[in-house]
Amino acid sequence: MTVFKAFRMVGQTGKGQFAYTVLGLLILLAAMSYVWLPHDPNYAQGWNAWLPMSLEHPLGTDGSGRDVASRLIAGTRITVLVAVGTGIVSGVIGVVLATAQTLGPKLLREPLAIFIDVLIAFPTLLMAIMFTAVFTGGIPIVIIAVGVGFGVQIARVVRAEMRQILGADYILAARASGVTGFRLLMRHILPNISSVLTVQISLSMGLAILAESGLSYLGFGAPPGVSSWGRMLEETQRYISIHPEVVFWPGFAITLTVLAFYLLGDALRETLDPKLTKKQVLRRTSLGVQG
Amino acid sequence: MSALPLKVSNLSVSIDDKKLLHEVSFDVAAGERVGFIGGSGSGKTLTALAISGLLPESAKITGSVKLDGKELIGLNESELAQIRGELVGMVFQEPKVALNPLRKLGNQMTEALDAHYTLTRKQRHEAALNLAVRVGLKEPSRITNAYPHEVSGGQRQRAAIAAAISANPGLLLADEPTTALDVTVQQGVIELFRELTTDGSSSLVFITHDLAVLTQIVERIYVFHEGKIVESGSVAEITTRPISRVAKELILAAESETTNKLLEAASFLNEPWEKS
Repeated sequence: MTVFKAFRMVGQTGKGQFAYTVLGLLILLAAMSYVWLPHDPNYAQGWNAWLPMSLEHPLGTDGSGRDVASRLIAGTRITVLVAVGTGIVSGVIGVVLATAQTLGPKLLREPLAIFIDVLIAFPTLLMAIMFTAVFTGGIPIVIIAVGVGFGVQIARVVRAEMRQILGADYILAARASGVTGFRLLMRHILPNISSVLTVQISLSMGLAILAESGLSYLGFGAPPGVSSWGRMLEETQRYISIHPEVVFWPGFAITLTVLAFYLLGDALRETLDPKLTKKQVLRRTSLGVQG
Repeated sequence: MSALPLKVSNLSVSIDDKKLLHEVSFDVAAGERVGFIGGSGSGKTLTALAISGLLPESAKITGSVKLDGKELIGLNESELAQIRGELVGMVFQEPKVALNPLRKLGNQMTEALDAHYTLTRKQRHEAALNLAVRVGLKEPSRITNAYPHEVSGGQRQRAAIAAAISANPGLLLADEPTTALDVTVQQGVIELFRELTTDGSSSLVFITHDLAVLTQIVERIYVFHEGKIVESGSVAEITTRPISRVAKELILAAESETTNKLLEAASFLNEPWEKS
């Protein structure tokens, strides 16, 4: 099954519809934020601090009198940037490493496998903190750090899939036609791993948003002037017992987005994995409801 | 491309220190049709893969394979890639797995052409249509635009044959191309092989474990057993005066299979029509 068809089929499942709605809304809001926002997200008015929900401030204001809704909408830019950036970086790293390990020179394969195992042993978030500590914070560093972290994990999954495909008869047949090297990779191997890769990337995009929020919360991610959901959490969490509603919104937005990416990955896997039959999916779901 | 002669001498293959092919020697004259026969694991396929240099990297190959006087053993991957598809075409046993499920048949049929020549999209499309006609595919324009799962098993095998002959190779290696097909389709493919090689445009090595199939296509037969050639001779010699035990068994098997096929056909005729 081609990946495009899988995306169409995912749209017919409940999970897929939820994911598409949330992610569509996210992209729409991010695009809108460049054209129009209810208020300047960084405009602080001390006398307007902790305003409740109103028509003027739909989600109220925070401790510096900044409009929460505007900051939330402006924060989607970072979220989309991090998700897309990490998706690309981790996908490229995963494919390149997996290719080098399966098709690359023999001498390179074993050391690369060890290198990947070592990198996987590092927790991604810890590695990201190390990166940002060395190269000072900022979103590009976060994307690269998290992308490398997920990239090596994707490489391991993709390598297994590639090895399986390399043993397939159509690869032998293509080689028997005189196809080798880059052409073999682009035409015969990559299209056949694209389904696995898509699932992995969608999962890593969700995790990347979580990682960015975590890093911003710790002060390693988005710089002070930039609205980010993680930073919003960090700025308001001290007042959680007094103004829980203000802390709720960024947390809710993060949860919803990460959930959407997870469900998208899950739905894609169910559609693409021939080993999961419809029956198994149903059984698993019903068990999930009972348990 | 005119037919190319092949001369193999003392070809041995071992994988993981296990010797799988023992000093095999044979030759195929230009335009000749030769058959390999033998049971599973007798080394027929291994020989074909060794000729085209498609054995895994861990395989140790010794001996000599000369295609039109040019030594193929010891060539590196890119030199071999120049030969594959252009000089040597290969057809595999199971067309279902020998075709990439995500590529259109037309593109796969012209893969070798595209690998060795520079073609425009239009030229490639025309080549695919011509090839489809040449291998007897009806509705060429539909089939060249279809994915492998959208056509029947016989059509898939014809497409795979088209892929093998697309660059007019001088030597065609067919590795059990009829085994995965049902009897009626099998006959069509056998006839196609005969048509493609009668004009002397290419030599043919046809591998099978079915003597009945082989006798319809080839002129000479090599009998393989446990990695060795145990007997060779013309079709008439092998079928009428077999020397080795293997050849005798193969003849018995072919005879009983023919009987079975006749019985099968008879039982089909007896079946009441309501049943279907």
